[in-house]
Amino acid sequence: MTQIQELTIQLGQVNYEGHTFNCLPILGQQEVLQVIVSELDAMPIFVTITDTQILCITYLCKQAEVQPDRTAELNKNMLELNVAMPLSSFAIVEDYYVVFGAMATSSSFDDVCKELITLASNAYDALEAIEEYLV
Amino acid sequence: MSGVLNKIWTALRGGVREMGDAIVDSNGIRIFEQEIIDAKDSIQQAKTNLTEVMARKMQAERKVSKLVEEIRNHEGYVGKALDNNDEALALEVAGKIATMEAEKGEQDAIVRRLTGQVEQLKAHIRKAEKLIADHERELSIVRTTESVQKATEQVVENVAANNSTLNTARQSLERIKAHQEMRQDQLEAGELLDKELSGGDLDSKLEEAGIKGETATATDILARIKASKQ
Repeated sequence: MTQIQELTIQLGQVNYEGHTFNCLPILGQQEVLQVIVSELDAMPIFVTITDTQILCITYLCKQAEVQPDRTAELNKNMLELNVAMPLSSFAIVEDYYVVFGAMATSSSFDDVCKELITLASNAYDALEAIEEYLV
Repeated sequence: MSGVLNKIWTALRGGVREMGDAIVDSNGIRIFEQEIIDAKDSIQQAKTNLTEVMARKMQAERKVSKLVEEIRNHEGYVGKALDNNDEALALEVAGKIATMEAEKGEQDAIVRRLTGQVEQLKAHIRKAEKLIADHERELSIVRTTESVQKATEQVVENVAANNSTLNTARQSLERIKAHQEMRQDQLEAGELLDKELSGGDLDSKLEEAGIKGETATATDILARIKASKQ
């Protein structure tokens, strides 16, 4: 059983700090798990496990959704906020602005739960913070 | 670091989709992987050599300590021969000591040479281990970039197929706000219900209407007393 499959089973059963996790495996060459945190269900998280890391990613918006003349300002603001944002960072993947958390593959299940909830909360905050930059 | 981040950056700016291929094309991944394999082989070789050299060093050290003991014993014999005034025997034993000391000198030199070799081999192993760690980290950077790209492509495709859309920021925000409003409404409804059930609502209405709850001020009281005196 892969680490993602194990995680799927564990997440399906746990109630962590009042949250539950709704998991949906995404089919394809790369193993990806969609996780929706209860009460924070507007921002699904996509989990990928590589050789060295557990990567948890939420897709904030497409780059095209940002007012073109304010992109530089938004990018700078995101860099400035990055360190303060607990357990997560801003990034760009392909066409998307994302918020993500990277953990060692040896992280405990509790750590993963904490990461997922924190990440979803951060994504909520981040969306509100970038609202004024949207087209 | 050997510029792996820089290579990825260049590839991304060039709009490359398959990161792994891009880095392979720029002679990245395969060279790393080969170097890791080579470094692991050379560590294995160095470890085999190391055990051999260490074994030979231990042998030489044993010889040295045995010679030291023998020399000490023979020095005792010389003393005893001299005590017996047997100068000739003493000289003969001293001759043997000289041979043994020469041999000890040779063995000392061997120990020194082998100690040097042990240090060299250990340094070689440390260097190879560091190279492996560096390259594995660099490879993981490339592989992670690749995995994240693939994952994102799959998410975009699959999510569309499964009808569970990857929302635009506006849609997500609306959903969040609707949820927050709902919560706020629930909260307010709860408070309203509490007030009604505890009669707090009637009290506040009476207060608002000036019917209940007004406390007399000092001026009011003074006015009342004055009026009763008249």
